[in-house]
Amino acid sequence: MRNRAAGVTPYVFVSPAFVCLLAFGILPIVVAAIVSLTNLDVSGLGDWGKVEFVGLDNYRDLMRDPAFWESLRNTALFVVMGVPVIIGVSLAVAIALNQSQSLFFRALRAFYFLPAVTAIVAIALIWGYLYNTQFGLLNYLLETVGLPRVSWLTEPTVAKFSVALVAIWRATGLNIIILLAAQQDIPKEYYEASAIDGAGKWRQVFSITIPLLRFAIFFVTVTTLIGWMQFFDEPYVLTQGGPSGATTSISLYIYQQGFRFNEFGFASAASLILFVIIFAVTALQVRARRNADE
Amino acid sequence: MSKKLLGVLLGAGALVTAFPFIWMVSTSFKPLGESRTYPPTVVPSRFSLESYIRLFRDLDFGTYLLNTVAVVVINVIGLLLMTMAGYGFAKFRFRWRGIMFGLVLATMMIPAQVTMIPTYLILNSVGLTNTLPGIALPALVSAFQIFLFRQFMTTIPDDLLDSARIDGAGEMRVFTSIVLPISRPILAVQAVLTFIAGWNSFLWPLIIANDQEKYTLAVGLALLNRQLSVNPPLQMAGASLMVVPIIIVFVIFQRHIVRGFTMSGMK
Repeated sequence: MRNRAAGVTPYVFVSPAFVCLLAFGILPIVVAAIVSLTNLDVSGLGDWGKVEFVGLDNYRDLMRDPAFWESLRNTALFVVMGVPVIIGVSLAVAIALNQSQSLFFRALRAFYFLPAVTAIVAIALIWGYLYNTQFGLLNYLLETVGLPRVSWLTEPTVAKFSVALVAIWRATGLNIIILLAAQQDIPKEYYEASAIDGAGKWRQVFSITIPLLRFAIFFVTVTTLIGWMQFFDEPYVLTQGGPSGATTSISLYIYQQGFRFNEFGFASAASLILFVIIFAVTALQVRARRNADE
Repeated sequence: MSKKLLGVLLGAGALVTAFPFIWMVSTSFKPLGESRTYPPTVVPSRFSLESYIRLFRDLDFGTYLLNTVAVVVINVIGLLLMTMAGYGFAKFRFRWRGIMFGLVLATMMIPAQVTMIPTYLILNSVGLTNTLPGIALPALVSAFQIFLFRQFMTTIPDDLLDSARIDGAGEMRVFTSIVLPISRPILAVQAVLTFIAGWNSFLWPLIIANDQEKYTLAVGLALLNRQLSVNPPLQMAGASLMVVPIIIVFVIFQRHIVRGFTMSGMK
């Protein structure tokens, strides 16, 4: 680190990116907080004179909107369904992939990583075709084993699971990458020593691998949790949040209020509530990490 | 469990994971009638390029593709800005540095879903909605990527930079001829991540682009969904157009991508 005064040079390097972050990271929160106290809608965009301060009315209306609560319930359900499955599957696959360094095992990794890098919109479209009631592949497979067809995306309860399954399929890739990398940090001596003591493979997985991965597992749990709160693309493409709101996540609710009904003030209030929820989850994560470090 | 059995299980899992992509590519080459026949065929009975031709001839996918490439190119500017910021935070001591870097880190936990409404209002007030720069701007700079650059650049020895300064190199010269070459490994990782994020981005183009001439592939593709009951091969051709380039990039740069994602796991 240089000690002499560097003049304007550091600001020249830092400012352009910093200004972008201020404009699109910090400023929007301030704008949302202000707009959430107004009745700004599409007519207000054209004529600022029509915008009125309405106090906390938007928040009150939000609390009284059953659709808002349904979107929160849906998001909670997605979290409760999705997080354990994603963590369980990614952990199992990551540990299995790490059992051998052979070319075959290494080549397999690419297949599992693939969904993590491809566009969610395209993925949702592919699954929409697989789910199609009349000529989708899934219903064909059900029929060949003698089961009745399923309305994958049009029956409210089933649709929740169908939409969640697509996101689960996609999210495991990234978590497998992270959990595989975390296993490289476990000293080989632990496995060698335990093998000499007569521990089998299963015993090693449960007594060495999983306990030593606990921090990585905790990390992917929190990021997966936050990912579900941002859940948007899959329901937007597959179901538009339907049938009758059954797959509307909190993010999709905000989008609809803002861009379908042009209620920017009301949608800003919902944005701010989502911000507070994510802030709380992140703060818990930071706290837990600090406790773990001590 | 023996390694062989484990290999078989993992191989089966890999096939299931990859199957939707195989199905996508295969359907995209089917004639319309065949995509709706029962039982479905895995390999098209006759390869038809009709759907791809229709995407470009009857629909505006040529424009969407160009717009997507334009957004990716604008993102390269963002990459340069983030490299500079990472260097500034890593190698200079200046007033407000702590507070500024703290703010950078703080924005990491603010997702687009929280800022989409106010960001639309901000861009609208400066007349940037329905423009390609407007589509790229909200995600131009990522706090996490600045953080990665800074972490990497703190490892560059100060002596190296100082000796260049003593030799009379200006600050920009030090940056371009010493810092950038040394940073090639991290630049490679971040360039690939930037490309993937820009190519795949959906929420911002969806919100900011109002007219079809400004749609990106992701938005055009999402709207094709309205035609689901009509034309599966067309939709799968659109999806392939978006996914296959990424698969090619992934195959070539897999090592970089995995490294980048692994670092995202360490933040």
